[in-house]
Amino acid sequence: MNKGLGRRKFLWYGSAAFGTSLILKACADPNGQMTAGPGADGDTIKVGILHSLSGTMAISETTLVDAEKLAIQEINANGGVNGKQIEAIIEDGASDWPTFAEKAEKLIDQDGVAVVFGCWTSASRQAVKDVFETRDHMLWYPVQYEGQECSRNIFYTGAAPNQQIEPAVQWLLDNKGDEFFLVGSDYVFPRTANTIIKEQLAAEGGTVVGEDYIPLGSTEVTPIIARIQQALPDGGVIFNTLNGDSNVAFFTQMQGAGMDPERYPVMSVSVAEEEVQQIGVDLLVGHYAAWNYFQTVETPENETWVEAFKAEYGEDRVTNDPMESAYLMVYLWKQAVEQSGEAYDIEGVRAAAIGQSFQAPQGLVTMNENHHISQMVRIGQVREDGLFDIVWATDDRVDPQPWNQYVPETKGYACDWSDPNKGGRFRLDEA
Amino acid sequence: MIELAVGIFNGIGIGSVLLIAALGLAIVFGLMGVINLAHGELMMLGAYATFVVQNFFRDLDAGDGVFGLYIIVALPVAFLVSAVAGLILERGVIRFLYGRPLETLLATWGVSLILRQLVRSVNWLLTIAILLFCALFFGGMWLLRRRPNWEGMKGWAIAILLPLSLAIAGIAGWAMTGNATLARPWFGPRNLDVSTPPWLRGGFELGAYRLPYSRMFIIVLTILCLAGIYWFFNRSDWGLRIRSVTQNRDMSACLGIPTGTVDALTFALGSGLAGIAGCAITLLGSVGPNVGQNYIVDTFMVVVVGGVGNLFGAIIAALTIGVSTYLLGSGALARVFEDINSLQFVAEFLRFFTSTSMARVMVFVLIIAFLQVKPSGIFPQKGRTAEL
Repeated sequence: MNKGLGRRKFLWYGSAAFGTSLILKACADPNGQMTAGPGADGDTIKVGILHSLSGTMAISETTLVDAEKLAIQEINANGGVNGKQIEAIIEDGASDWPTFAEKAEKLIDQDGVAVVFGCWTSASRQAVKDVFETRDHMLWYPVQYEGQECSRNIFYTGAAPNQQIEPAVQWLLDNKGDEFFLVGSDYVFPRTANTIIKEQLAAEGGTVVGEDYIPLGSTEVTPIIARIQQALPDGGVIFNTLNGDSNVAFFTQMQGAGMDPERYPVMSVSVAEEEVQQIGVDLLVGHYAAWNYFQTVETPENETWVEAFKAEYGEDRVTNDPMESAYLMVYLWKQAVEQSGEAYDIEGVRAAAIGQSFQAPQGLVTMNENHHISQMVRIGQVREDGLFDIVWATDDRVDPQPWNQYVPETKGYACDWSDPNKGGRFRLDEA
Repeated sequence: MIELAVGIFNGIGIGSVLLIAALGLAIVFGLMGVINLAHGELMMLGAYATFVVQNFFRDLDAGDGVFGLYIIVALPVAFLVSAVAGLILERGVIRFLYGRPLETLLATWGVSLILRQLVRSVNWLLTIAILLFCALFFGGMWLLRRRPNWEGMKGWAIAILLPLSLAIAGIAGWAMTGNATLARPWFGPRNLDVSTPPWLRGGFELGAYRLPYSRMFIIVLTILCLAGIYWFFNRSDWGLRIRSVTQNRDMSACLGIPTGTVDALTFALGSGLAGIAGCAITLLGSVGPNVGQNYIVDTFMVVVVGGVGNLFGAIIAALTIGVSTYLLGSGALARVFEDINSLQFVAEFLRFFTSTSMARVMVFVLIIAFLQVKPSGIFPQKGRTAEL
């Protein structure tokens, strides 16, 4: 029986395997590139889109690709940028930080793109930061993050902590009580965010009664539930910076333990419309989230956008904050290119980007000197259909502060890229 | 007093999740010596089966509470789905690799990757293509095998049938590509929500605390599984055969026990238990392609600490790990020492580990320390005998 593979058999199997791979290759969907409009190289502007299309982050990041592609389609349909069509080159970062850096290099060096739109996690952004800085190229980054960074080569269109976390904490203090329990996934964003929250609470008169982290993706949250019940027997505020699957376990077991949103309101900063669907609407009804944009924002721009998005990708799809940031940043970049006149002139586009305003779905946004945008802050409460009721919003747009003013090490620092003498980090009182 | 009871319950709750996830692995690893890295993915299949059954019952429900019963049906379905998947895995891959642990390790890891990608992208198109291929290839082989000169033409038959079946399946798949409903993924890459049946949603009130029914359900389920396995191994004919093959494969074969069938059956049983575990964990979290990955390390930990080939060891190990994780992570242990003045430093030390991440670190350290003392686990295998 065990004669091993003979030469002839080997040839047969080999050719069969080769044939299989050919068939599979032919069957594979060639969605790697999206070319738009006619014209050879000189007539289009190449842009890179760099997100995870596979791996653990794909769930979230593919929605950003959808939003960016939609913006590019719209711009192309309306005559393009400076009369040129945009050609998107989509690369897969595969939820793997070295791959992100590799693909960023590829987009800049081989494809010669004018700009890269991309990244979600702070880890992936930090991995590509070096690539963009050494080549003096340009990345637009659409996700809320922990701040404490201000790169000349990155434009941040998500929220800085003072545009999401700080107003959320303030609102909770004013409306829900001053005893906080902090729950988060164990990596850079939740830990930095919770440092900020602790400093803020110390300054504003709240107390942190407990703090706990679980590994990303872990579902065993029983000890945390027990600790919350110990620390807050009569109810209190839970500030949630958990990401991904852990949220499901957390909210399921909170419900199982009889902790209702009335007594234990949870404020999340990483749970948007998309995540609500995944976690389960009935677990989340009554809880809160803080973002700059919700699908329920009532602006004419939002109505048009949601409609266009559903028409393109299906009625059952929802829009959310990171997607909106991804969408608006393409337009901000387009305006900067139109002002500077030449898409491939990185220096010129960068200078022109500062001060650009755009009537986005969330309202008017403006790019500041510190490469972050001024935007509204809103707090929403999950309702039965999985969308958010906006229960609070800032009166006006909040100016971004990448260097946090509650954390002692960065207090009093700011960032200004329009003035070469100030740069990414200068003391406010010295300037 | 109530706090203590709640603490013990929670610890057992964590432990029973670990145990139900590790049971199948303990059988496969303990009895067959196969390190099955795809165990987590077999759990995932069970979880997806539960999701499908749930959807079926949701359609069936006409407001008369039938929906809540889905979990009763989901359990055997999840068992069967995972058992069949395990059977295919054993017949298709593992039986060629017995006695070669490293190759088994790599092969099952590969299978786990394939399974994870499969649930992400599976759609009608892919299913039809695969079924068509199987029907053509294995059907053709079955027909040809009845010919008297089968041995002589075996190589040729495979060489012709394989590319031919692949080509037909591929072309059929390609011809249907335009159909959007056929090409839509069944599950997709995103995590899906399985809603807990209404009767498992509440909890048993105990003072200021509430013991969730879903945890109790998992504990009861674990006990039932244990009882079932115990009965199967010690009271049934096939259990006897499995035990005899485990103890001495050659001798059993000489005595007429079909060892191949026994291997397949044991593997299918272990896989089926993974399916039940998958069904159980949908009560705690969501269903996603990576759900198995969250459990695979913990389950191996239970098996290694418990001692290979010993179910009783697995029980003790799972409960110990569960209770200690809870006591450390929730700070219950630290609070005990707080009350004693002379032991303040112990309380201080324990408070440092009072967080879920740090508790895990501490449990790992304890396990490593324990394995220094007893390298083969709580109940090491004695000689060639594997006890149950």
